[in-house]
Amino acid sequence: MKKCVSVRGLSVITLLITCSAQAETVFVTLEKDNALAVVDPVEGELIKTVEVGKRPRGIAISPDFKVLYIAVSDENTVKMLDTESLTIIGELPSADDPETFALNPKGDKLYVSNEDDSMVSVLDIAKKQAVKQIKVGVEPEGIAVSPDGKWAISATETTNMLHWIDASTHEIVENTLVDARPRAVTFTADSAFAWATSEMAGTLQVLDAKTKQIIKRINFEIPGVSKDKIQPVGVVIDKAMQRAYVALGPANRVAVINVKTYAVEKYLLVGQRVWNLAFSPDQKRLYTTNGVSNDISIIDLDSQTVTKSVGVGNYPWGVAVKP
Amino acid sequence: MRLTKRSSQLISIVSLLISLLIADPCLAKKTVKPTSKSPAKQTVKIAYLMQTPKEPAALSNLDPFIGDKGIKGAELAIEDNNTTGQYTKQQFTLDTLVVPADANVIDIFAKKIAGHYSFVIVNTTAEQTNAIADAAGKEMLIFDAGTVDDALRNAGCRANVFHLLPSRAMRTDALAQYMKKKNWTKWFLVVGTADEDKLFAEAARRSAHKFGITIVQEKTWEHTFDARHSAQADVAVFSQIDDDYDVLIVADEQGRFGEYLDYRTWMPRPVIGTQGLIAVSWHPTHEQWGASQIQNRFKEKAGRWMTEQDYGAYLAVRAIGEAATRTKSNDMKLINDYLTGGEFALQGYKSGPLTFRAWDHQLRQPVLLAAPRSLVAVAPIDGFMHPKTELDTLGYDQPESGCQWSKTK
Repeated sequence: MKKCVSVRGLSVITLLITCSAQAETVFVTLEKDNALAVVDPVEGELIKTVEVGKRPRGIAISPDFKVLYIAVSDENTVKMLDTESLTIIGELPSADDPETFALNPKGDKLYVSNEDDSMVSVLDIAKKQAVKQIKVGVEPEGIAVSPDGKWAISATETTNMLHWIDASTHEIVENTLVDARPRAVTFTADSAFAWATSEMAGTLQVLDAKTKQIIKRINFEIPGVSKDKIQPVGVVIDKAMQRAYVALGPANRVAVINVKTYAVEKYLLVGQRVWNLAFSPDQKRLYTTNGVSNDISIIDLDSQTVTKSVGVGNYPWGVAVKP
Repeated sequence: MRLTKRSSQLISIVSLLISLLIADPCLAKKTVKPTSKSPAKQTVKIAYLMQTPKEPAALSNLDPFIGDKGIKGAELAIEDNNTTGQYTKQQFTLDTLVVPADANVIDIFAKKIAGHYSFVIVNTTAEQTNAIADAAGKEMLIFDAGTVDDALRNAGCRANVFHLLPSRAMRTDALAQYMKKKNWTKWFLVVGTADEDKLFAEAARRSAHKFGITIVQEKTWEHTFDARHSAQADVAVFSQIDDDYDVLIVADEQGRFGEYLDYRTWMPRPVIGTQGLIAVSWHPTHEQWGASQIQNRFKEKAGRWMTEQDYGAYLAVRAIGEAATRTKSNDMKLINDYLTGGEFALQGYKSGPLTFRAWDHQLRQPVLLAAPRSLVAVAPIDGFMHPKTELDTLGYDQPESGCQWSKTK
């Protein structure tokens, strides 16, 4: 990081050469340490650990990268952390047991899953208040807002449904039954498709945002790994819509999927019980949180290889990246 | 516009048909029908049957007696089913029948349940469960959320019964795997006088043989003293045996003496089995894999921790719900086919999906190894391999099963 700063005055080309791997900061919530790990992924080092409150899980960064939002589940709040000073600068009332949440593209609203109450809370960040609570199925978990800002999808683990929430009215307009225990959901960059993982069924489903129906179901098979160990959780799709990456939980692998053909191209061996994923801002690397081995894996996406793992603390849960 | 919409609908119906045809040709014909009409609200009626339990003599006042084990679990599951049901136009109902301690469960079953329900959860003794299964005939599915008897999963199995709780053999196999990993392979087996204790001991002997563990000695606890006053001296004398051992495994399912063994033995050895380190389907210390969510939801509803029978009943109602949702049906035969087919995957808050074994209808599941305030391990223990699923390293696997209906099916 220092290297980059010292050469800022030079030409852009020199800058790029000097910082061949652009330095960035990776933030990881540590569920059992009540803390946030701050990692320099280029050096592969844990820089520091910051206490953030009881049982931090979901994490997201504001569009200007200045604020981190952290779901502090056992304190029933979403905390705001300044990404420069690493201090808490505010709290949002999130209702009970917030686990995961999604930030809308504008960055002015948070959609929070309240797992114990079977609800989604919509928080107005500027007003620091909940503007709507939407009743959904049992144990809402994964949540995503489409890049065009039209839809929020809440996945409910026990009801096995995706609830399509119209982001302008905050009403549920459609419910799609999916495979057992849906965990995470994400949209393609053009907002045309939603991809959802089902942990118990071991599948991934692609849904058409127009019809809200499943158009493709993807299965995973790994030689030497029994089927019940393949439990898809986090899913991310690159902005170019070339490849999707799926964390397969206790199978300890990330699946690489061709977004056009839906073919599973590769399985990358990472740490134990891989959970959540985040791209580097330039989308050249992927970071994974590994809940059981207490580390993160760094995947170089050009070569599609795992280059490093960095120990971070107990139960790394969510991950967000700042350039 | 209208045309494209219709054609896309047609495509989706066709693709649904194809996917169903691949899964099961019979299923396809029956389930596709209702989608052509607009489905009316469908009701799935479930009964829960148990007998008022007798309050056993307690060794400790720490654990209050729970008279409604199972009921609260079934109720929570009905709520969960109905949350899905409101979106899929299905309604699940639960009727609970608690038979007084002095009444005949089979009579009540015949009068109140037979012919009225397709699905019944029973939390009854092994004998009652099989009597109910025989009386139920082919028009009803029985979900056993109470027994742990290996006999009901072997020679005494019934084709219309599904077993939700792990059998004794699954439990002692779980203990044996962990002991093998620790290399604590010399056991001193202490058995109570109750019939259940003898069955647990039998399972322990089988597991010891299966995993290469030696039972150096076996003794029966005769209850010939007032435990409250003389446990200290009696246990020490009782446990002075000729051979050294690594762990004492106790078979005391009613909890009549087992709690007194730990810290009172002649030699400093841990206690496992029905007390000490126990093998269970559910435990208050369990919080992984989303378990803390259901622990919280259950406690909020029931005002107490979830017991194994609650967990069993919860899974039973959820299994019916899952099958009814996926088949869009309340038909007993379709639901039976779905439960025993390859698509069924039940979320049980214990790692991977839970399924029923085809050969004895035992629910495959991880077994928790728990100390009173700490979850020590979850079996199957890493390293115990199986060609199909490691879950089948616990209990009676297909080749050793004595259940006949699956062989003649």
